[in-house]
Amino acid sequence: MTYFSYDGTFTGLLAAIFEVYERKTYEANIINKKLLSPLIFDEIVDVVNDNEKSKRVYNGLKDKLSQQGMKKFYFTFLSELPLVENLLLKFAQTVFASKTSVEQDFGNPTILEITKIAKRVHREKHRFEAFVRFENIGNQLFFANINPDFNVLPILIPHFKNRYSSQDWVIYDTKRNYGVNYNSTNQEINEVLIQPCSIKSDAIAVNIDLDPEEKLFQALWKNYFKNTNIESRKNTKLHIQHVPKRYWKYLPEKQI
Amino acid sequence: MNNHDRIHEKLSILSSAAKYDVSCSSSGSKRSNDKNGLGNTTGMGICHSYTEDGRCVSLLKILLTNYCIFDCAYCVSRKSNDIKRAAFTVEEVVSLTINFYKRNYIEGLFLSSGIFKDADYTMERLVLIAKKLRLEQRFNGYIHLKTIPGASQELMFEAGLYADRISVNIELPTEISLKSLAPDKNFKDILKPMSYFNKSILGYKSEKKLIKNAPKFAPAGQSTQMIIGATPETDKEVMLSAQKLYHQYNMKRVYYSGYIPIRDNDARLPSINTAPPLLREHRLYQTDWLMRFYGFDVNEILNNQHDTLDADIDPKLSWALRNLHEFPVDINHDSYEKILRVPGIGFRSAQQIVSARKFGKLDWEQLKKIGIAINRAKYFIICRSDNSFAKDALPSVIRHKILATYQSKFKSTISNQLELFL
Ligand code: SF4
Repeated sequence: MTYFSYDGTFTGLLAAIFEVYERKTYEANIINKKLLSPLIFDEIVDVVNDNEKSKRVYNGLKDKLSQQGMKKFYFTFLSELPLVENLLLKFAQTVFASKTSVEQDFGNPTILEITKIAKRVHREKHRFEAFVRFENIGNQLFFANINPDFNVLPILIPHFKNRYSSQDWVIYDTKRNYGVNYNSTNQEINEVLIQPCSIKSDAIAVNIDLDPEEKLFQALWKNYFKNTNIESRKNTKLHIQHVPKRYWKYLPEKQI
Repeated sequence: MNNHDRIHEKLSILSSAAKYDVSCSSSGSKRSNDKNGLGNTTGMGICHSYTEDGRCVSLLKILLTNYCIFDCAYCVSRKSNDIKRAAFTVEEVVSLTINFYKRNYIEGLFLSSGIFKDADYTMERLVLIAKKLRLEQRFNGYIHLKTIPGASQELMFEAGLYADRISVNIELPTEISLKSLAPDKNFKDILKPMSYFNKSILGYKSEKKLIKNAPKFAPAGQSTQMIIGATPETDKEVMLSAQKLYHQYNMKRVYYSGYIPIRDNDARLPSINTAPPLLREHRLYQTDWLMRFYGFDVNEILNNQHDTLDADIDPKLSWALRNLHEFPVDINHDSYEKILRVPGIGFRSAQQIVSARKFGKLDWEQLKKIGIAINRAKYFIICRSDNSFAKDALPSVIRHKILATYQSKFKSTISNQLELFL
């Protein structure tokens, strides 16, 4: 068994797939460098994130897959599930091995698995389009924390950029410790990192006293949430199914 | 009372009074944003939260006022009801909408109102709010306006220019019921604007196909709501009336709102201790879906022999059990339309089945993985696997067996785990 260790990025993964083909390795594992344990005694190939190589794999896939298929591939990668790299490798191999399109072959376990994982990631992306809650932290900068199961922030950007194009905002993933900042003046997106030392726990990434107007709107929102509920229809099970408890932390309406 | 307290009080009263309108959909409209504008709609709609009763919170759903000159028996805001009244100003509604939207709390505004002074006076204010949002605030989020019955056509026209969706509530399934419970209203005042909007929406749509920058007119169409369980109509009568609304007025949605008893001093209405008919409401929505997305005609599901939906099982299963001669459906050969009619197979699964079978015949294992509800479906289909459950069993036996699996859902996890070893 050979382990191809890569840097954890999407392009890194593509380069790793390239290496697997280049070395004609049939029993390959692709693994994130960070997870490489000293207990692995098999052969380890250190994959360099080489743009040319990733591009070739990317274009190869693009030739054979629909846009939907490419999206599935990327979304599955963002799931960060254990061993997902091996699944993606197997998927790529299945795609490259066949002359005709295999995308719709849901009888094939690899295709079905990818379809399912991509659907879960898509679902969480949709959830965070809903659950992001901005706070005006001063100077009309709107800040939101998120803690998604999967790494959905990259695929959230287009939605928020379209919707809030005339507003400055930051969305920060407190689980993965990075965020993005949108500047409405030049309409650019930049990555932001908040130094870990300025964070007490992962609860509050930025500790700022909110201005009274911000507090008023949060209170009004909570008030609205309470009053739009119909007590005699109460259905807690359904409520939690839609808004799982792990997401409550950053929803003002779920704070007492 | 200071300003903050006053706005809080208004919001409590006017959101609480609006909550009985069940629609909260923000779908069906595509409005893109520009560099200086705020918001967009993407066609799909987003539920930003869910109430503790499990309903989607997508829009800021409020009344402009709960003062009303009418006296509809089923309504909390009726004239004769002794409650606290309040009214928002136009500016207040605009500011709430914009500030909620900027924080990503909502997709937009759903505004309706009690009637103060007269229909036109009220409607004018609703339209003014929508106009200010669009023109002054450059707001491109979702706006749903509920029109006031009896308001002038000019105002209806303006409403269509600024709103994404328009609704005119039918209120009750039949004219007789409306007469009895809402003496100030008449069917004509409700149907007239419905047909006006239907014509205008279709007209603007075809114009838009020809001229790209023709104005939008209620691009998300119109919807309506009827209260069920307040009056004695059967499920058949309810669904026939719904079908008519879909066909004649091209409704995007008909909403069924299970009546929640609010008073005990009116013999025309169910008493205050009656539970809201939530299961019935659910079955009606299922029937509505079968009608709109599964190719069923209402008459197949509800007719003179069966004018009431089965409470224990869903309407598709109930239909299938009455029509066993249509089964078994062959998963590997029969048409998509036939597969769609199998209990336990939704339209996503049906699509996947039709795609997947091109690569090889499917068996139970694969069907399970695709995600069909085998428990229900297995009595109605055959596939590549030899063992078949679709052998001329009696409907009553199949029904019994399926109901037994429903119960086992509530068995303890221990017995579920035991099942794995059997
Ligand atoms: S007109 Fe509308 S608000 Fe007024 S009583 Fe009737 S249903 Fe209620």
